[in-house]
Amino acid sequence: MIPLSWYLILAAGLFCLGLYGVLARKNAVAILMGIELMLNAVNINLVAFWRYQEPLDVAGQVFAIMVFAVSAAEVAVGLALVISLYRRRRSVVAENMDLLRW
Amino acid sequence: MTPIQALFIITSVLLLVSGFMVVTARNLVRAALWLIAALFMVAVVFVLLDAGFLAVVQVVVYIGAIAILFIFAVMLTRRVMQESGPQSNSWWWVAGLFSLLLFFGLTWIILGWGGAAQHAPRVSAADLDNIEQLGLALVDPAGYVVPFEVASVLLLAALIGAIVVAWDRN
Amino acid sequence: MQTETLIWLIPLPPLVAFTLIVLVTNKNRALSHTLGVGAAFLSWLGAIVVFARAIGEGFHHLGEAPFASAFNWLPLGDSFLQIGVRIDPLSAVTLFFVGWTVLMITLYSIGYQNFGAPKGDHDRPGLPPHGATVTDDHGHKHTVPSVEPNYSRFFAFLGLFAFGMYVLVVSDNLLTLFVGWEIMGLCSYLLIGFWYARESARAAAIKAFMTTRVGDVFMLLGLVYLYSEAGSLSYHVIFSPEVLERLAHDPAVGGLLGLTAAGLIGILLFIGTVGKSAQFPLHVWLPDAMEGPTPVSAMIHAATMVSAGVYMVIRIFPILSAGSDHGQMTAAMTVLAVIGAFTALFSATIALAQNDIKRVLAYSTISQLGFMIAALGIGAYVAAAFHLMTHAFFKALLFLGSGSVIHGMEHGVLHTGDHDVDPQDMRNMGGLRTRMPVTFWTFLIGGFALAGFPLVTAGFWSKDEILADAWAHQHYTVFITLAVAALLTAFYTMRQITMTFLGEPRTEAARHAHETPWTMTLPLAVLAVFAIVAGWIGIPNDFLGLDLGEINFFHGVAYTLLPSGIEPPGITFHIIPLLTSIGVAGLGLYLGWLVYRGYTAGASDPLQKALGPVYKVLQNKYYFDELYDFLFVRPAKWISETFVYLWLDRGLIDGILHTLARIAYWLGGIFRNRLEMPIISEGADRLGDGVRDFGWLLRKSQTGNVQGYLNIGLVLVVVIGVVVVLLLN
Repeated sequence: MIPLSWYLILAAGLFCLGLYGVLARKNAVAILMGIELMLNAVNINLVAFWRYQEPLDVAGQVFAIMVFAVSAAEVAVGLALVISLYRRRRSVVAENMDLLRW
Repeated sequence: MTPIQALFIITSVLLLVSGFMVVTARNLVRAALWLIAALFMVAVVFVLLDAGFLAVVQVVVYIGAIAILFIFAVMLTRRVMQESGPQSNSWWWVAGLFSLLLFFGLTWIILGWGGAAQHAPRVSAADLDNIEQLGLALVDPAGYVVPFEVASVLLLAALIGAIVVAWDRN
Repeated sequence: MQTETLIWLIPLPPLVAFTLIVLVTNKNRALSHTLGVGAAFLSWLGAIVVFARAIGEGFHHLGEAPFASAFNWLPLGDSFLQIGVRIDPLSAVTLFFVGWTVLMITLYSIGYQNFGAPKGDHDRPGLPPHGATVTDDHGHKHTVPSVEPNYSRFFAFLGLFAFGMYVLVVSDNLLTLFVGWEIMGLCSYLLIGFWYARESARAAAIKAFMTTRVGDVFMLLGLVYLYSEAGSLSYHVIFSPEVLERLAHDPAVGGLLGLTAAGLIGILLFIGTVGKSAQFPLHVWLPDAMEGPTPVSAMIHAATMVSAGVYMVIRIFPILSAGSDHGQMTAAMTVLAVIGAFTALFSATIALAQNDIKRVLAYSTISQLGFMIAALGIGAYVAAAFHLMTHAFFKALLFLGSGSVIHGMEHGVLHTGDHDVDPQDMRNMGGLRTRMPVTFWTFLIGGFALAGFPLVTAGFWSKDEILADAWAHQHYTVFITLAVAALLTAFYTMRQITMTFLGEPRTEAARHAHETPWTMTLPLAVLAVFAIVAGWIGIPNDFLGLDLGEINFFHGVAYTLLPSGIEPPGITFHIIPLLTSIGVAGLGLYLGWLVYRGYTAGASDPLQKALGPVYKVLQNKYYFDELYDFLFVRPAKWISETFVYLWLDRGLIDGILHTLARIAYWLGGIFRNRLEMPIISEGADRLGDGVRDFGWLLRKSQTGNVQGYLNIGLVLVVVIGVVVVLLLN
């Protein structure tokens, strides 16, 4: 009933939105939100392929669970970093974090 | 149009709209809320894909933990950031343009792939989404116990790391 | 020791002395003069031993089989050029008188150079010593003669000179003779210019060397020509009858002047003697050579160097006389006779008007050498050799005597402090007879020998023999010329003796002169003995018509030059030459004493009144120096200063070099300014700058803004994706 392509296109669109958010937002927390969207798009992809290609093999779901775990860890650490940055520099604007500038 | 399809379309539209609002909202709290909405829509999509367990895990983990974490972070870093003020940086149009291009490219590739038009194979409900099978697979040495344990270690590391990084030395 | 070995060793001691003095003992005066005198003594010893052995052999035998030793020296294709030593009667007597005179002169030099005197106040090396101030016990200061600053150098050069002369005498070929000849030429330059800080001495040394060089060039031509004709320069080859025969009949190269080869060779070699023995026209160097210290004058102009010239001509007499039948004069001999007789008279006239004691002796030497050359010219080679020997003794005596006089005068000059008085000018002397007795008596003996005082002195016998020979062979022109020259000789000799020793002292300096030390008077005495005795070995066998047996020992020298088996020709005694020589000697001596005995200080020379303007000409030596200066010296200077130096060297050669330099410089400038600086240097700089700017440029891409990086990544991924897709399609 629903071709695979719909899910894939959906995932692509969500991914691109997330990408836009990562690239174009000033606030560091907002960037992390964009990353979450991208990870979710990936998850949709994974699960769609699992359902349409090998629904009997749990590997797809396991993979998706791994993605969950990873994204959770990443968000935790990332936000911890943002907070630490905020404490030091009183700002969470990504543009201002330019210590690696020449 | 079958009901499933209609449901899918509504869900996708809501998802995409939420996602869009996430990345364009000025007020970060609003963005976080929109994020919750998006995550919820993703859970619905999981349900449509007969991955009920994952949908529940999505809601519990993502919305219940991660999104809350975001809200905390927003709250904690809120003082300097004004609600008003541009949220997009200088090259947002480059990012937008090329993200759009990327989307079109991906879509074109997807549509060009033959297998994209396939439909979901019919599988009995009992075989599908078997939680017991999933649980056994996660602890089976011949299965996915290693990734499972690794993921646990990762979470532990992230836990400790986050605490250490965010520790207030004053 | 074998005689031949001894002959080889004779020249060595003076050479060793020279080397040692120059390298080792230069600073030590006593050691240097000991080496010098010791070496002269050793050579003298060798010479005397060889002479004694030569007499023991008998000249007859020695003439046929001389002491000879030779070795192969220079490889020439199949054969060798041989050099060696040879003592025949001629070289034996020459060794004898050379040995004695060199030893006496070297001994004399010790006193002459004031050994033992204090160092002078203002003495500089290169200038004659000027006297030192000494304070005696009473606090009186007076000036005494000081020691010669370059004392050792003198003995070194005397040694080298002696070496050259001995080499010349003992050699058995014309090549090593020429080597000795040239060594002496060098030494005469070094010794005439001994006081090198004096302008006049330097000029005199150069003049001597240059003038003799002119002679030497022709002599070398003669040697080369002889070698090409005869194939060798050894005496036993070139004087062999076959070679002489050939030389006498071959025409000279190019048929020059219709001469035979022998004639041309003889004349060319003779020109060497004209230079070395100061005959006209190359006589100009000898009077100037009086600039050197007196022992040098004695050595060069009496004992050795000028004698070497005559010795060589006697040696080559066979070539000179080749082709003459029965004693006819060949062309070469005629040249000798003319030049010799002319020179004898010519320089005797000049000697009349000289006031410097040494100059008189110098012109006298030229004149006497003219006698010898003239004798050779008329074929009287034995007489020439005889006169050579006696002349060496009495001329050396006279020169050393004059040196003693000058020393005495210098002492007087220093004592009185009157430095305007020239100690060598005879007009300032007078009355030295009482003050310097030994010098007076020995000088008198020498002077009488020179004048030819009858019977007692050596000069009489040798001069008489020349005159007798001229008369006997009817060379009347030569006879008369030589007789007049002998008259003048006696006259100026007596003039010299009178002005110097007789009468009253004409200056304070003369009044305070005193006798010289034994190192100077002993040689005078020894030579005086020889000046008397040496003549007696040449008394003719039929003197005064008496038969005196074989008394004429010297005649054996003839055996040198004769082919073996032939008795040397004698001359029959004739009364006229004897009377002539006694007459001219007596008349000349008497006139000389008469004219000058009343000579007082400040008076003009009596001859001046007698001769008038001629006197001025005589005093200026017939203006020959001025003539040569105009003819030769000025053009030479012009060529070197203007033509070669200014035009060729500075103008042309330097011009080329400067132009090349300018071109190189210009090229260099172009390379630098057009190529190196703008292109290479700039290029390198720009490269460096470019790299730096590029780096700056690249640096800007590191903004530190992560989002920026990601943006670029996205852009590129899309671009690559498009490219790949397009390519795939």
